[in-house]
Amino acid sequence: MLKLDQVSKIYKIGAFGSKDLHAVSNVSLEVQDGQIVSLIGESGSGKSTIGRMILHLISISSGRIFYDGADVSRLSGRALKDYYRRVQGVFQDPFSSYNPIFKADRVFKLIHDEYFPELSGAEWGEKVEGTLRSVGLNPEHVLDKFPHQLSGGQLQRFLIARALLLDIRFLVADEIISMLDASTRIDVLNLLADLESRGLSVLFITHDLFLGYYISERAVILYQGCVVEMGSTEKIYANPLHPYTRMLMASVPRLDRKWGEPAEAPNGKPLGPGAGCVYRERCPIAYAGSGCDREQPALSEVESDHSVACFHYTKG
Amino acid sequence: MKKLKKNEFLYFALRNTKLQVGLGVVLLFLALTLAGPLLVRNDPLAYVNLAGAQPPSSRYWFGTTFFGQDVFAQFVVGLRATFVVGVIGGGLGTLIGLLVGFTAGYRGGIVDELLGMLTNIVLVIPTLAVLLIIAAYLQVRSLFTECIFIGLTAWPWVARAVRAQTFTLRTRDFVDLARMSGRKSLQIIFAEIAPNMMSYLVMAFILQFGGAILIAATLDFIGLGPTNTISLGLMMQYAVMWGALLLGMWWWFLPPGLGITAIVGGLYVMNVGLDEVFNPKLREM
Amino acid sequence: MSLQADNLTVYYQTLRGDVRALESATFGLRDGEIMGLAGESGCGKTTLGHSLILLVPPMKLVAGRVTLDGETLPIQDTERMNDFRFRKVSIIPQYAMNALNPTRKIGKMTEELLRSRGADYQAGLPELKRRLDLVKLSPGVLGMYPFELSGGMKQRMVMVLSTLLNPSLLIADEITSALDVSSQKAVAEMLVEFRNRGCCNSVIVITHDISILYQIADSIMVMYAGQLAEKASTEAIIHAPRHPYTRLLISSLPKIGARYTEKKLAGIPGSPPLLLDPPSGCRFRERCPVAFERCLEAPPFIEIEKGHFVACWREIEANAQA
Repeated sequence: MLKLDQVSKIYKIGAFGSKDLHAVSNVSLEVQDGQIVSLIGESGSGKSTIGRMILHLISISSGRIFYDGADVSRLSGRALKDYYRRVQGVFQDPFSSYNPIFKADRVFKLIHDEYFPELSGAEWGEKVEGTLRSVGLNPEHVLDKFPHQLSGGQLQRFLIARALLLDIRFLVADEIISMLDASTRIDVLNLLADLESRGLSVLFITHDLFLGYYISERAVILYQGCVVEMGSTEKIYANPLHPYTRMLMASVPRLDRKWGEPAEAPNGKPLGPGAGCVYRERCPIAYAGSGCDREQPALSEVESDHSVACFHYTKG
Repeated sequence: MKKLKKNEFLYFALRNTKLQVGLGVVLLFLALTLAGPLLVRNDPLAYVNLAGAQPPSSRYWFGTTFFGQDVFAQFVVGLRATFVVGVIGGGLGTLIGLLVGFTAGYRGGIVDELLGMLTNIVLVIPTLAVLLIIAAYLQVRSLFTECIFIGLTAWPWVARAVRAQTFTLRTRDFVDLARMSGRKSLQIIFAEIAPNMMSYLVMAFILQFGGAILIAATLDFIGLGPTNTISLGLMMQYAVMWGALLLGMWWWFLPPGLGITAIVGGLYVMNVGLDEVFNPKLREM
Repeated sequence: MSLQADNLTVYYQTLRGDVRALESATFGLRDGEIMGLAGESGCGKTTLGHSLILLVPPMKLVAGRVTLDGETLPIQDTERMNDFRFRKVSIIPQYAMNALNPTRKIGKMTEELLRSRGADYQAGLPELKRRLDLVKLSPGVLGMYPFELSGGMKQRMVMVLSTLLNPSLLIADEITSALDVSSQKAVAEMLVEFRNRGCCNSVIVITHDISILYQIADSIMVMYAGQLAEKASTEAIIHAPRHPYTRLLISSLPKIGARYTEKKLAGIPGSPPLLLDPPSGCRFRERCPVAFERCLEAPPFIEIEKGHFVACWREIEANAQA
């Protein structure tokens, strides 16, 4: 349903914009109907940038985005407004998403005024209450309140309800539960999974590997703007191939296992910074002569539904 | 829901002590200004008391000046000038500052840079020197010219402040959310960003109002004020020029001085109260 | 070293009354123990940590006392506590990376810090360099400004500074929250290394991330709404928790191997009570699946097994019968 084709985002930085910052480099990925795909990366990986490009909050430097086959890379005016009926986003900080001087339900009013002006007050009120119940909120407890009177979990559900009011098909969830308490996190997550089973597609952006595994069938691992591994979540977690993924798996604190030795013993002296693979500086198995110092490797399929961008796996 | 919102602000506004006190003081003086012509019998500039300077009496409530002019009459007419300069001068400054600030803050990029340059230039202009030059060319200076001049030179700091606030607010998620709800830029500036800065904007206007009064008083005091009317600042200028301080004619310079202080002070106190009213989090609910 | 807190009760003074942030905390810490202090936002863990080193208004000590190595800590007296700070009790604050003065070179800042504690910078330089090496920072960092270092590096620098005078008790307040996965591991492992080498004696690690605690803590104390819920060895808390809150909390954490489709995890319905006027007795009773009438009275935090403390009437009664 949503397809990114070689999408990049380049920022100009430095004095007089002389240097380029490649926040996102040639990322291609796909999200099918009724599917949750996890976009996993740490800070600086470009995951939020991708989310914002899909939501047309920032422009795309190069590449294209397709929605249901149509090219939606550059939209404005009426076309953009129609796009937002199908694609919406929820962000990390629940309190920042609300205008603090207005009541929280104003976000619904905005939707009403822009997309459903023909509905009367009573009809709209019913629709809102129904949607609130469907996300697990009690309308009496949450309507007519200011944002600071509600909890983080309630505010996030509110935003999901807002997206549902538009009858969207695709949701970009950017770290939506990382600021919530542990006991409420799982409820919001379960809500997403519930909605997926009813046909919603979600791009679940997170830095938490376990959440990705819990909620999605497919995952994309990002490192500094490049896709390093992609495919079925089970296959990636059972058999991580890219050195970065392996490092993540080994370093993430787990509840079933203590930290052991590092994933791999370094292969001689690691390469310093420079051109070539985006991971060359930290990679324990990079070495000159295999292309690691010349260009960013392309994604190649190692097993069915499991691709990795590493020269180590493209030999033969 | 909109009706409820207005009533709610009003509810808290009426119960805030700082707002009540500050507004009360300002309204008191405003009432004096409006009712003044009814209370004043003499032309402020007419020489009514042949005895010259005299302390307050039942005939001349604020006494008379060195030349025998009715200080009370001068005070009341001067108050009018003060309010006019505050509203027009302060209002103009705020308006220009807002327009420049919002545009620069929301658009960013090259627009921001150009407007920034403009702001810096106006900020750096030595206003006194320019005014002296203008004064040399204009034979007659009216209150209106003074207002325009103040408005055209006092806006930079408002622009700076509004730009900075707009920048911060623009990056907040709720602006993105408004964009994703199909709202256009102009709608977002006025419906999302400006209301968030409401107390800021009102505060900016009030400070401009007070600032304009103070600048006008200063200009008047050093002799660059309007030539065809009387104002509180001019009163103080004449008072000092004609030895009121040395000769102990306190009734001549004290009323205008206290008047300016009370009005500007009242405005500032109002400001603090307004911030509490507008910001739900500061209220004790 | 040993730490003992008895009935520690700390409230926050606000215009609307006292927020009862920490209620009757009684616990002990052994020599060399790394204890994790876990709980959700508003549970009181930060209050507990800060009350041990910097109890300033709006916090106020309502009751209780703390003894460190047999000596009573004058926690309510900020001035007298000055003698203990950095020497006996030290803290790595949350957002420690912002604690470095941006206009000072790091070496200069260290020198000023040591001088204010009556220690000589030059004399301590070799040991300082050894510690920097321990956290994998080059000595050249002393000549740099804070903005030249990355987040993880600044965090490690602050760790070195906080432990420079070998405090008996180190309080680490959310030191891994703002870091990347690889930095988190490095910083957490360094904390253990510090303890192992005697740079500090015992550590209280405050965090909401229980999985980090599983990796490095010897014991974990779980708090809820200002009350202590459970304290036990890490293994016991993770694999055999006794308090209903701990049980629900542990089971709501996604682990490797848990898929939504296979086994749906459950959260805890409801939300923590407001501490301005908290419910009487056990504050978890309104969300607790096994609460009963006795829970209206606050359960004591007692040892039901060796080294395993719980504040729950159900467990206390079950234990009495066993």
